[in-house]
Amino acid sequence: MDYVLNFHWKIVDLMFLINPNKFNQVADYIFRPILVLSILLFSLGLLFSFYISPNDYQQGSSVRIMYVHVPSAWLALLTYGIMTLYSIAALAFKIPFGFIFNTAVAPIGAIFTLICIISGSLWGKPMWGTWWVWDARLTSVAILFIIYLIIIFINLSFENRILREKIVAIFILVGSVNLPIIKFSVDWWNTLHQPATISKLSKPSIDPSMLTPLIIMTLAFMMIGLAIAILRIKTEIISRKSHLN
Amino acid sequence: MSLRFQRLLLILLTLIIILSAVLLILYNARENVSYFYTPSEIDKSEITINKVIRIGGFVENDSFNKISSSSFKFRITDEKASILVNFDGILPDLFREGQGAVIEGSFDNKYVFNATNVFAKHDENYLPASIKEDLKNTGYWNKKYK
Repeated sequence: MDYVLNFHWKIVDLMFLINPNKFNQVADYIFRPILVLSILLFSLGLLFSFYISPNDYQQGSSVRIMYVHVPSAWLALLTYGIMTLYSIAALAFKIPFGFIFNTAVAPIGAIFTLICIISGSLWGKPMWGTWWVWDARLTSVAILFIIYLIIIFINLSFENRILREKIVAIFILVGSVNLPIIKFSVDWWNTLHQPATISKLSKPSIDPSMLTPLIIMTLAFMMIGLAIAILRIKTEIISRKSHLN
Repeated sequence: MSLRFQRLLLILLTLIIILSAVLLILYNARENVSYFYTPSEIDKSEITINKVIRIGGFVENDSFNKISSSSFKFRITDEKASILVNFDGILPDLFREGQGAVIEGSFDNKYVFNATNVFAKHDENYLPASIKEDLKNTGYWNKKYK
């Protein structure tokens, strides 16, 4: 009985999002399920995107690049968004877990951005007729990648950990200005990149048979990112503790 | 007001100021940030002959002429204005009448645009190829979609 109560309490309590010890407990509890889930979702997603989903009426088979391109783009933005929230929490409310999170997660976001850029480039060549153009969407995503790289480099370059963490958090906040620019670049300016297919305000202009693999792949990417994030955050907690003691 | 909310306020205020500064810059540079002009913007703007620019729009229906295997003539339109384009080179797979396209090049004279590059632009609609066949068979296919 006691165990069951304890279990429910753990689910409801959100302190694990800002407390390293509680994060470790919850992480140990959910890590294996997340690994299993990520393998299942990824296999299912690949099965859907390669065999079950139909060809596009215009783009033919090339449309399948979308199932890698779009999830990685969403997660690159989502990762940065969460890092921004943690930076505000860390600076304004003096929550050190925010610093830990930023250091641990920046490379994951950088890799998602890189996957997005490379897959987009491979998609652009057959569809647009060019690997790369300097339109507003592509340029702002390239800037996002550079911002991620700078965050990683600042993290590698300071001896004084306390100072370095603050500088990174401030830099993340300044760089977060780029997020709305990426999101709205296709609406504000003429771009070669298409406008958003899926938006909150209107019905998605994509067929359900193509939306399903997209959502499965997004969840799979999320789970994989989360699994790597848990490992990296746990390592960072240990390294920070040993450094500051 | 506690110290932590003062800090929060300071951070949010700073973010708003930086964001508005960046947006002001981008808004005033919008002509250069935009990747292409539309044909009706060309009419209004002061573009000189031989200046390299990009124009985006749709390939006008019934305007595509194949002169030789690698030489083409077509019109780019946004349903308000349209521009005659000459192009020597290889067209992308998606290029066809009614399809979005971006062309790069310069005006030869007031009416003829010489393209050096042609990019196909696809829209945000995704539809299984089989459904297109179904719609065509039942006569519900909108010709505008191509």
